[in-house]
Order: sequence, then structure tokens, then C-alpha cells
Amino acid sequence: METEKTTGLESHTQAQTAEKWRKYLLPVGLLLLFLLNILIFMEKFGFNFVNRYYKGILILTFINIILAVSLNLINGITGLFSIGHAGFMAVGAYVSALLSINMGEWGFLPPQIQSIIEFPLVLILGGLAAAFAGLLIGVPTLRLRGDYLAIATLGFGEIIRVVALNLGITRGARGIPGIPNHTNFWWAQFFAVITVVIIWNIVRSNHGRAMAAIREDEMAAEAMGVNITYYKVLSFTIGAFFAGLAGGLFAHYLSYIAPRSFDVLKTIEILLMVVLGGLGSITGSVIAAVVLTALPEVLRFLQAYRMVIYAGTLVLLMIFRPQGLFGRAEVDLTVFQALKSRAAEKTKSQPGERGGNGDSA
Amino acid sequence: MSQLLQQLVNGLSLGSIYALIALGYTMVYGIIRLINFAHGDIYMVGAFVGYFALRGGLPLPFAFFLAMIIPALFGLVIEFFAYRPLRNAPRIAALITAIGVSLFLENLGILVLSPDPRPFPQVLPDKSIISYGDVNVSLTQFLMIVITLALMVLLTLFVHYTKTGKAMRAVSQDREAAQLMGININRIISVTFVIGSALAGAAGVLVGLYIPRIEPLMGVMYGLKAFVAAVIGGIGIIPGAMLGGVLMGLAETLVTGFLASTWRDAIAFGLLILILLIKPSGIFGTSSRTKV
Amino acid sequence: MVTVTLLKVEDLSISFGGLRAVSGFNLDLKPGELVGLIGPNGAGKTTVFNILTGFYQPQEGRIFFDGTEITGLGCHKINRLGIGRTFQNIRLFNELTVLENVKIAYQYAGRYSWGDAIFRTRVFHRHEKEITDWALSRLDIFNLAGKADEIAKNLPYGEQRRLEIARALAGRPRLLLLDEPAAGMNPQETVELLELIRWLRQEFSLTILLIEHDMSLVMKLCERILVLDYGMTIAEGSPEKIRNNPRVIEAYLGEEVS
Repeated sequence: METEKTTGLESHTQAQTAEKWRKYLLPVGLLLLFLLNILIFMEKFGFNFVNRYYKGILILTFINIILAVSLNLINGITGLFSIGHAGFMAVGAYVSALLSINMGEWGFLPPQIQSIIEFPLVLILGGLAAAFAGLLIGVPTLRLRGDYLAIATLGFGEIIRVVALNLGITRGARGIPGIPNHTNFWWAQFFAVITVVIIWNIVRSNHGRAMAAIREDEMAAEAMGVNITYYKVLSFTIGAFFAGLAGGLFAHYLSYIAPRSFDVLKTIEILLMVVLGGLGSITGSVIAAVVLTALPEVLRFLQAYRMVIYAGTLVLLMIFRPQGLFGRAEVDLTVFQALKSRAAEKTKSQPGERGGNGDSA
Repeated sequence: MSQLLQQLVNGLSLGSIYALIALGYTMVYGIIRLINFAHGDIYMVGAFVGYFALRGGLPLPFAFFLAMIIPALFGLVIEFFAYRPLRNAPRIAALITAIGVSLFLENLGILVLSPDPRPFPQVLPDKSIISYGDVNVSLTQFLMIVITLALMVLLTLFVHYTKTGKAMRAVSQDREAAQLMGININRIISVTFVIGSALAGAAGVLVGLYIPRIEPLMGVMYGLKAFVAAVIGGIGIIPGAMLGGVLMGLAETLVTGFLASTWRDAIAFGLLILILLIKPSGIFGTSSRTKV
Repeated sequence: MVTVTLLKVEDLSISFGGLRAVSGFNLDLKPGELVGLIGPNGAGKTTVFNILTGFYQPQEGRIFFDGTEITGLGCHKINRLGIGRTFQNIRLFNELTVLENVKIAYQYAGRYSWGDAIFRTRVFHRHEKEITDWALSRLDIFNLAGKADEIAKNLPYGEQRRLEIARALAGRPRLLLLDEPAAGMNPQETVELLELIRWLRQEFSLTILLIEHDMSLVMKLCERILVLDYGMTIAEGSPEKIRNNPRVIEAYLGEEVS
């Protein structure tokens, strides 16, 4: 009892020091993102501060943020151990790529307008297809527990890959070339921000609490009236939707996809981001996605050792800091809440409905 | 008809490999409830030990022996350094660690051994020792089946008639009770990893002789499918792993023979999902209930 | 005499792999009753709870709650009809805060859609406030409001027990099943618990079924007691009758029944 008390105190002071820098995390992050936006926007005026190569890394970072945050919803928030995320990414990538390639002119809209709507529409359709795959897979498998679920999702991920390898329309192992490269910095950033905000808001609602309850204790959750099947399936489907969205962005960035882009290793790469950031922490997933996308580029001279280092990190992380960098902590939003309440005081008739959720990279 | 028979022979040979690997999965799962994802890579280590031993001119039996000993050491070390610290951690942490160890071994293999496939030294004469019409059983196939059977008999005897074997069964049934009875849990878990890894190592050499190509990532698919085999038979149950392995081998060769080899991997996982939906505890499993 | 029954259990039986855990269990609970379920370890008490709350499906027998049959219904549905419970070994949502623990149990009452949650609409804010206020009021009853933001697992044992009851009450149950609420409490805490349970019954017009090992607590608290042994009801009646029942004394051989 006595020792428990002291550890409780210790973790409390730790939390307090963490509190300090968490306060600055979001403002600093948003400021950096804003500066980055200005730098890239300057292109319109002929200043190329950020070259193609770095922009590519930024785009991949945004895609990885979507993947990590959506997997975190499944694995970290709801506590379902899914290792089939690359499969959903593949569904989204293939569906959106095939739609883009085969979509002619609609006719009922002027081509200029179509070209604006088409890309986001195709991405969302890809996401919906992935969500549907998630639903199909989720309904039968989600009654499995822990390890069994892990292996079943892994199996489904592999089946999706094998199907892509065998269908005529996906061109088997040769893959699909010539996908229009619509994905630019702006689109990638837009969808990454949308994803983070949506998942953040879900987690901080009764729906998110129900998911967290399932993670904590399935049986108690049921006894408290939580429909665990419903929330498991939805968590899985929503996660799959965003994975599919990321897959679409990925396909339209590289212009080429093949089944091997979506194998188990891809899933594990995403899993590493989630685990490094902290299972259950959206902030952690975002930061880990940034770090793990940028780091290999910075450490190019270590290229050959990259995967060995990744794997070693994963093991050491689990042994020495299983909660990841952030545990379940998130960025501190009080700064914004303070702003909001100040604004609310000024214009009392119009209290801000939104606010306090402008979280992003 | 003879084509079917030939496929059955091939399936049985392949199935014996799956069964050998599946045994390690099932024993480890039975004792510490962990899917040891690194087990498939232990099998890869066995294949490469066999490769270097035979290339170095050692006779097959000795190479075989080495290919069981060295993976066994790997298993021992992995358990001690990676899994033991997490014995009381959440299951998900242990599972992620297992994935990490697996990735580590694979990529270390790529780094040290190069990712390219290598031809496995063919030390056995390529002849069939049983021929019945068009159906042939090659010497390699014969050896695979016989050695697998022999190892399984030994394992069964060990588990049922030695003190350590009985202790293993006790630990898998109730770890705490076993501990109270004075069983040294850590030692039993180590022994389990050693035996499982040695069996996987043996499978590595046999596969090298059969498929004749080995590479650092060879353990990924074989490992996953062997795990599936263990689940099909009923995870934690030794005869279940044997049966599951054989079924898996048969299903795969039949699909390859009569459909297309590119669908092979889907069949394995299709079977997995089927069994999980119909009888998650596996063919030999008894349904268990979560205690409240 | 016609009395309304809140819970009616008829001939409930369940066996696990040949072992008959509960056999021919009958129970009638009238609104407002406080009934104890006792018996030696392994007598099947918790199994009865698990059947009543839908975790196990009985092989025989039927259960009616407030006139509707609930046999075979899913756990969460049974809970929403008005049966709340606690667990023998505390099962809180350990890593969540005290407040969140309670909010989860009440949240289905304050329904807002996914769209409301994602777009943070007015409806969302209104319902969230309602849920929070309600949860805080429940915590207040149990003297836990001051600890609303603490992580549940960091609470001392006695407070964890209280939080579990608070959580069970948050779903506005009419029937409360308490599984060994006094387990691990010191005598002082047990006395307080006894007062609390009595008060709760009054305040929320609850019907309570309780499993307990602390005989003095059961005898003081319950109006009626059922004794289970080997899955069968061996005695039923007032505390006085139970105390002197030879079969009960035999079942508890060596254990104190007073």
C-alpha cells in the first residue's frame, strides 16, 4: 500500500512536468505548419523554397499520419488488435486508382468543375470501399479476442493482397501504372487535418468513451450498457475508411501501385508509429508518423540498417517503455479554450460552438 | 486419380513441415499464451545453419543436428531477453515484441546474408524410393515424413513420460498452481522454447532439401501458415498441431495442383478464418469460458 | 394477495462441461426488496448473477424482468432495461478517469449522433453537459466528486468499490445486483457500506440482490436470504430462519453463521 502511494506521487510529478511542455506542443506545431504552408504557398509567386523531394516527404508524412491515427482508433482506443491495415489501404488505393483511370467525362458538369470534384470524390469512394471491406471482415471476426483477432486480421490483409495479385482488373503482380498524380501537398494536408479532427472528436464523445470502455474491460462495458459489437465494428469500419483514404492518396502520389506495396511489412510500419507514439494517443501517432517518415530520409546513410533498427526499437520500446512516447496523453488544448472563452465573453450573443479541436500536425 | 494420389504425397510432405513448425507455436502458446511470431524466423535460421554446415562439407546427420541445436539457442536467448521481461505485461505488448523480434531476425538476415535466394546443397540423390504407377515418393519426401513422425513420437513420449514433460503440461494447464507445486516456471518455459525451436530448425533443413532454395524471408509465410495450422488443430494442443499441419499441407498442394499456385496463400488464410468462425478453439479444442 | 414482481426467475439451470453449476433456481423479487444470496464458495452465486445479466445463456429456465422475458437477451440490452451490477473482483475501466467511468454507464441515455460528435454541434454540447452533470451528481453521492479527474486504478480500494456502485447506479437501474460489495473492506468501511446500501434503496427506490460473505452484514441488511449450495437452493427465508436452519449450518460446516 505504502509503495503504491509513492509511485502514485511520482507519476503525478512526472505528469506535471509533462504538462508544461504539452502546453506548448500544439501552438508550436500549428505555427510550424503555418510557416510551412506559407513557404509552399510562395511557389505561386515563383519562390521555390521546398523542392520536389522534400515535398514528397511531406506528402508521405501526411499519408502516414492518416494511417497511424486511424489504426490507433482501432488498436489504441478500442483495444482491438488489428494487423491488417495495409489491406484496407490496398482496397482504397486500388478502387480510387481504377476509378480515376477509367472515369471519363461526366458530361453533366463542365470539365473544369469535374476536375476539382473528381479527386476528393474518388478518394472518398476508395475510403468507402475500404470501409465496406472492414465491415465485411469485422462482423464475423470481431467476436474473436486478442491474439485470435490479430491473426484473423492479418489473414484478411493477406487475402486482400492475394486477391489483388490474382484479379484481372488489378493486373496482378504487374500493378497499375499511370494513375494521375493528383496528390499534392494541399490535398494531403487537407485530408490529414480532416482525419485527425474527426477522429479526435469521435474519441472525445460518448462513442469514443464506449470504445475506450471496451478496451479497458469488455465485460464491464457490456454490463454498463455498451453495445460492444456495434462499437467494435464501427471502430474497425471507421479505421478502415481512413486507411482506404490514405491508400487513395498514396496511389495518386506514386502514380503506380502493386500488391507488394501493401504487404504485412506496411502494416507493421504503421503499427510501429502507433506504438512509438503511444497506443491511445492521437498526438503520439501524429508525432511518431512525422518522425518515422522523416527519420529514414535524414539517416539515409543507415538505409541498409533501417529495418533492423526499426525492429530493435520496437522490441526495446516494448520492454522499457511499453506505453510509447506519449502513453495516452494528448496535446493541451487549454490555450485554445482560454481564447475561446475570452472570445465568448466579447461576443456573448454568439458563443463559439466549435473550438478547442483545431489539432493537427 | 494418380494425379490426386501424387498431390496427396506432396501434401503430406509439405504438411509435415508445417506440423513441425506448428508444434513450436502451439507449445509456446500453450505455456505463455503468446503467438511467437519470431518462430517462423527460427525456422529460417535452421535452414541457413543447415546450408552452411552442408556447404562446409559436414555430413547430413551432423548438419541436421547443428540445425536443431543453434535455433534452439536462438529460442532460448530470445525468450530470455525479449519475452521474459514482459511476462506480466499486457498481452498486446508481448505480441508486438514478438512481431519486433521477428522483423529483427528477418532484417538481420537480409543484412548479413543478402536478400537473394540461395540454392540449398542437394546432398540426397534425386530418386524415388517408392513408385506406384505414376505416383512417386522421392527419397527427400520419404525422409521428411519419417523424420517428422520420429520427432513427433519422441516429443509425445517426452511430454507424457518425463518429469520435465509432465511439468510442461502442468504449467500449460495452470501456471500458478504449477508454481505452487514447486515447478520452476522459468526453466520450463526455457525448455519449451528450446524444444520448439529445435523442431523448427529441423523443419528448416528438410525444407531446404525439398524446395532447394532458401532466403532470409522464407520464414514469414511458412511461419504464418504453420501458426494457422496450429490454430486449426486447436492451439496449445500437440496432436492438434500435427493434424493441422498435415491438413494445411494437403489443402495447399490440392489448391496448387487443381487451381493456381497464386491462390495458395489465400487458401491458408481462408481456412483460418473458416475455422475461427466455426470452431475457434480448433478441431481438438474444447471451448473455454472467461472467468468472471 | 396480488403483489407485483420485479424479477421472476423460473427453474434456471446451467452446466459447464458436465458440472451443474446452477440447478432449478427460482427467485421472485418484489419491488423494493433487499435480498441476500449466500452460500459456500463455488455454490453458483456469481453464476446466477452472470445469467441474470446476460453473460451466460441458461440451458433451462426463464427470466422475467418487470413482466417482460429477458432470457437470452444481450448483456447491454438487459442493462438498459434496468438491471445494474457490480463485480466480485472490481472491474473498473482502470485507465480512465473516475468521471469517465461513470459517464460511460450513463451515456446511452444522452444520445447524440456520430455527426453531432464529429461536428461538435449544439446537441453534442448540450448532451455532454447533461451527461457530465449527471455523472458528477452520482459521484457526489459517493463522496467521489473531488476525485472526478483521477485515474480509476489509482483510487484506494474502498473508493474503487464505491465507484463501482456509483457506476452501476449511473445507468438508473431499478434492480441492482451487488456481488460481494464488502469484500476486502475493514469493519468501519463495512458499517458505512451497510448504511449506504440502505440509504440508496430508499433514495432511488431500488430493488437489491446481493451476494455477500460477511454474514453479519447479510443478516443485518437483508429481509430475505437465499442459500445456495452446489447450485441448488437449500434454504430460503428471513435471516432468523436461515440462522437456525440445520441444512445451512451443515453447508457452512465450520464456518460461522451468526
